[in-house]
Amino acid sequence: MNTIAPAMEELLAAFEEKINAEVKIEPKDWMPEEYRQHLIRQISQHAHSEVIGMQPEGNWISRAPSLRSKKILLAKIQDEGGHGLYLYSAAETLGVSREQFIAWLHEGKAKYSSVFNYPTLNWADVGAIGWLVDGAAITNQVSLQRTSYGPYARAMVRICKEESFHQRQGYEIMWRMMEGTKAQQQMAQDALNRWWWPALMMFGPHDSDSPHSSLAMKWKIKRESNDYLRDKFINKTIPQAELIGLKVPDPNLQLISEGIYKHGDINWDEFWEVVKGNGPCNQQRLEHHIKAHKEGAWVRATALASKSNN
Amino acid sequence: MESKLKYYLQVADNALILSHRLGEYSSHGPFLEEDLANTNVALDLIGIAESILDETGRQEGLGRTGDDLAYRRNETEFLNCLLVEQPNTDFAFVMVRQFFTDAFHFYFFSELTKSNDAFLSAVGYKSLKEVTYHLRRSSEWMIRLGDGTPEANAKTTHAIQTLWKFSHEFFIENAIDLEMKNAGIGVDLKVVESNWMQKIREIFYMSKLSIPENNYQYSGGKNGVHTENLGYILAEMQYLPSKYPDAVW
Repeated sequence: MNTIAPAMEELLAAFEEKINAEVKIEPKDWMPEEYRQHLIRQISQHAHSEVIGMQPEGNWISRAPSLRSKKILLAKIQDEGGHGLYLYSAAETLGVSREQFIAWLHEGKAKYSSVFNYPTLNWADVGAIGWLVDGAAITNQVSLQRTSYGPYARAMVRICKEESFHQRQGYEIMWRMMEGTKAQQQMAQDALNRWWWPALMMFGPHDSDSPHSSLAMKWKIKRESNDYLRDKFINKTIPQAELIGLKVPDPNLQLISEGIYKHGDINWDEFWEVVKGNGPCNQQRLEHHIKAHKEGAWVRATALASKSNN
Repeated sequence: MESKLKYYLQVADNALILSHRLGEYSSHGPFLEEDLANTNVALDLIGIAESILDETGRQEGLGRTGDDLAYRRNETEFLNCLLVEQPNTDFAFVMVRQFFTDAFHFYFFSELTKSNDAFLSAVGYKSLKEVTYHLRRSSEWMIRLGDGTPEANAKTTHAIQTLWKFSHEFFIENAIDLEMKNAGIGVDLKVVESNWMQKIREIFYMSKLSIPENNYQYSGGKNGVHTENLGYILAEMQYLPSKYPDAVW
């Protein structure tokens, strides 16, 4: 013990020195086990979110109302899947295979963002996801470009470029609908009513209730707090809603000073129920992924067996 | 509508409807990379369809846009071949349907570059770049499916047996094809068929797959007589423009 303990302390000190000096931690570097485990959980959850997120938007591919909107939606969903690929690759550098990540997802041991457990009920939901869900994601991901783990930070740089395009295309859908017929305006408002609160919940519990935050902040995996990022998103988004005539569904929303808003109470009971698996689409989303994966088993097997791969 | 524009629609509708089927398959792929490749092909095809539909609307001169032609025609006005509207039964069906269509597109667009219609010739050159990649991908998959595991060979054989009867409609010359060929606008489908058969034989040989003995062939799509599948495709695809005819999306 006496010989090991100082070595560990030295390793930890060197690790933290790098973190403090803003030097990225790379896959072959020594890292504390808690750091590795935190990253495995966070990056794989992020990857699963990108992939599961293909489903609610994919729900409207066959009903996209114009050739242009169908092309954009196809390309956007393809981007999300591509983000999943970057992130699985980043997570694999921590010593866990993609097969294992998928197995953990299917066994319920790994989570994905709860926001994708809500349904897409009208075409404006596709706009609302781009504008609000991707908008919330970017707010978080911009800060993650500075995260301390190199492969994750680099994946974030690429992802942020595409997400900002997604956010704009989502807002464009909402804007077009608000310029359109009364029925379209109602769809847009309905979509905002249903997606606003889940988007705010994406930032996670209040800082005082966030179990993983403190160590993650110390080791600079996480660079900004949940509440700081949520407020930033709200202050940015409310003027965008007002500009096109949409009303944010928060009767207790207060304007504190110019450009600074305070939101009403978030329904955390709903948040935890969805996290626990009781959201409207939890079962549907996971079963869809499991079914596609199972149905693809023979294809993966033949791809590995085929001589054309030699 | 004049014959030339109907010929345009025959080309556009194959791409549009197959793209729709591939879009339906998003998030159903056997693994993530393949899911994305599938969507990529869907995007190429909808791009081909859109450019032709827009041009058809312009040349028609009745004020119809590409969107009007995609979203406001009924079943009998769609002129795609029956193969492309067949469902995504499983990955073998998706890939056999793709391979047959990619091989057709490759040889068809190769011939179309020679068209004396400047627009179609340009479509041929532009599309050829994309469909060359499509054909390479689906050919490689046919070999993996046929010459991999026995299970995959059996599933692919079943898909071929089911889809073969829709595979030759591409080459069955209708009145529009004949008129366009004689005018130097359209292609000689016999040349396309001969190249297509050679490609199928070559890839099937490498894949340990066989051409079905029953060579009875269905047709009708190019004349607006479809399988039951198309009605459901259009019911979904045209849902919003049909329900909200005044809306602009």
